[in-house]
Amino acid sequence: MILPMLKRDLAALFPFAGGGAALPVIFFLAVAMLYPFAVGPNANLLAQTGGGVVWIAALLAAILPLDRLVARDIELGVFDQLKLRGVSEEVSMAMRLAAHWLSFGPPLILAAFPAAALLNLDGPTLHILLLGLLAGTPGLAAIGLMIASLTASLRAGAALSGLLLIPLALPILIFGAGALARADEASLGFVAAISLLLVAVAPFAAGAAIRAAREG
Amino acid sequence: MLFRGLALEMGAGEALHVRGANGVGKTTLIRALAGLLTPFAGRIDRVGAVGIVDERTALDPDLPLGKALRFWQQLDMCDNALDALETLGLRQLLDVPVRYLSTGQRKRAALAQLLGQDADIWLLDEPLSGLDSGAIEIVIALIRDHCAEGGIALIASHQDIAYNGLKTLSLGDYAK
Repeated sequence: MILPMLKRDLAALFPFAGGGAALPVIFFLAVAMLYPFAVGPNANLLAQTGGGVVWIAALLAAILPLDRLVARDIELGVFDQLKLRGVSEEVSMAMRLAAHWLSFGPPLILAAFPAAALLNLDGPTLHILLLGLLAGTPGLAAIGLMIASLTASLRAGAALSGLLLIPLALPILIFGAGALARADEASLGFVAAISLLLVAVAPFAAGAAIRAAREG
Repeated sequence: MLFRGLALEMGAGEALHVRGANGVGKTTLIRALAGLLTPFAGRIDRVGAVGIVDERTALDPDLPLGKALRFWQQLDMCDNALDALETLGLRQLLDVPVRYLSTGQRKRAALAQLLGQDADIWLLDEPLSGLDSGAIEIVIALIRDHCAEGGIALIASHQDIAYNGLKTLSLGDYAK
């Protein structure tokens, strides 16, 4: 039962099946490309600030898929039909969380390599950046899922979800990007811990939000 | 509040036609019976799996019908999928994206989904609207077979249903 659900969620989010997952990655790379144009080609400046820019780009890229993450399936009645088949909202949301992360987390981590080259990041910085993204993107996915579920039944949900994600993602950004400034892997532990907590809570919060939307 | 004081009991093999004007609460009743809505007061007990057909088919509009249905068939682990598609005349539509299907064809697809689900209790919300006369006969035959096998069917419809021995409940009588 789990496997077809994950497959369906991935197909809906992934690039090659008509989904829009290529978009966050292209957006992420576009920001990395734009930054040197905006601040000038000073190699030292780029190397110093580039990591932070990658984090902000990752945060913004995580917002892009939110409008199609949950609202569409509520409209189609998919969660109702799943519920009738004994699949609770929590399980649906756990699957959705996994698919959402898979559709933007690993692609962003891969895209961080060319982004690092564009921003003149050295090897050790890239190392911390990649670990940070690996630890932080599941948390971003979890926040995104909770927000997408909460705002699914609102008319201006899509615009609102981007606005809501930014403050909630602040702790991940502070510790993730902070690790780059201090060249310190230890604070990545905080990022991982925050992510873990968010991933554990998200299916329950998102499931409750979907039930609430159904009772309307 | 849509309706109050409604007491309803159905046993194996029974079919019930819930009638009422638009907005009287037929869909709400069905969603409450399925456990998707909580009634403001009162209790609903049911034994057995519930299948719903309503205006939302839960089929991905961008996928071809065959693929969209396959997802639900996999979840239901259903093995009579082809029979259901044949009965409902959907065989030649399997490659057509769901968004290009007509209202009636979508309704047939939803019924194919329901057949695959093998649920004991069928809650059908306007199952006949948008169907041509041939399809209406097929649906009524399906309901009859389902009840003959000990299933329960509750049909909410403002249309008349040509079905012998069908009990009727007029939901408007319980309106507040």
